[in-house]
Amino acid sequence: MLGVLGEILITVGVVVLLFIVWQQWFNDIVVAGDSRGQAAKLSQQLHDEAPPRATPDKSGDYGTPAVTPAASDGKRFGVLYVPRFGADYQVPIAGGTSTTQTLNTGDAGHYDSTQMPGAIGNFAIAGHRTTHGAPFANIATLRVGDHFYVQTKEGYYTYTFRNLQYVKPTQVQVLQEVPDAPVVSTASKDRLITLTSCNPKYSAAERIIAYGVFSSWQPLSAGPPSEITSIVAKG
Amino acid sequence: MYSALWRVLPGPWWLRVLILIILAAAVLYALVTWVFPFADSFIDSPDVTVGSS
Repeated sequence: MLGVLGEILITVGVVVLLFIVWQQWFNDIVVAGDSRGQAAKLSQQLHDEAPPRATPDKSGDYGTPAVTPAASDGKRFGVLYVPRFGADYQVPIAGGTSTTQTLNTGDAGHYDSTQMPGAIGNFAIAGHRTTHGAPFANIATLRVGDHFYVQTKEGYYTYTFRNLQYVKPTQVQVLQEVPDAPVVSTASKDRLITLTSCNPKYSAAERIIAYGVFSSWQPLSAGPPSEITSIVAKG
Repeated sequence: MYSALWRVLPGPWWLRVLILIILAAAVLYALVTWVFPFADSFIDSPDVTVGSS
């Protein structure tokens, strides 16, 4: 009788170990692969639906960036490319930061209280650093000058990485138009991108924040920026 | 438990091993497809957002 109990306990132990392997490693890879696939599909779809656009002026400038309206919860509206995160890195960006609807599918989630890409202010997104596709796994490896590319149905927005910041989970000031400004309503002149994830890895004790500053914009009809051409073309 | 399973299975030893491998694969498939995602929905992954929650 005791032998049977022992066998059951060993079996349960093995199943729990299998679960950990599945959660930390296997499911992570599956979700990441699925998420990259979805991003490629969305990117292609955005290009297919893009209207022909005006040509740039003589200096190659497309003027003030066009801004898409905010997306509803869980709806994918764009794709994030970060060459520093991998040669084929692309993840969908969805509306809202709901854990089940957006983040656990491997997407980056847009804080719906913040601005949209290209708008003056702060375009803030959240993503997992471990498990569930871990889109921001390599957030701490960013170096000054690295580029973030955001694709929406309007075009490609290029942001340049500026700095990292480590904060308490309650520090919502990082999402302000002017992050950490003492007055919440401080009006901004800049266009920022803000990435938030957990810190340290596997912990919820702190948050890691990555900021980028807007560099340029081009409509979809102008094609993807040169640094990510190969990723977009691969589809 | 497992010795009883071994006795219940028909055929020579290699056939029993084959059946056990197939059974194990089926159990693993069921775990990965249904049980693990279900269990995962009860486990909070580290929160990645800033906020008061």
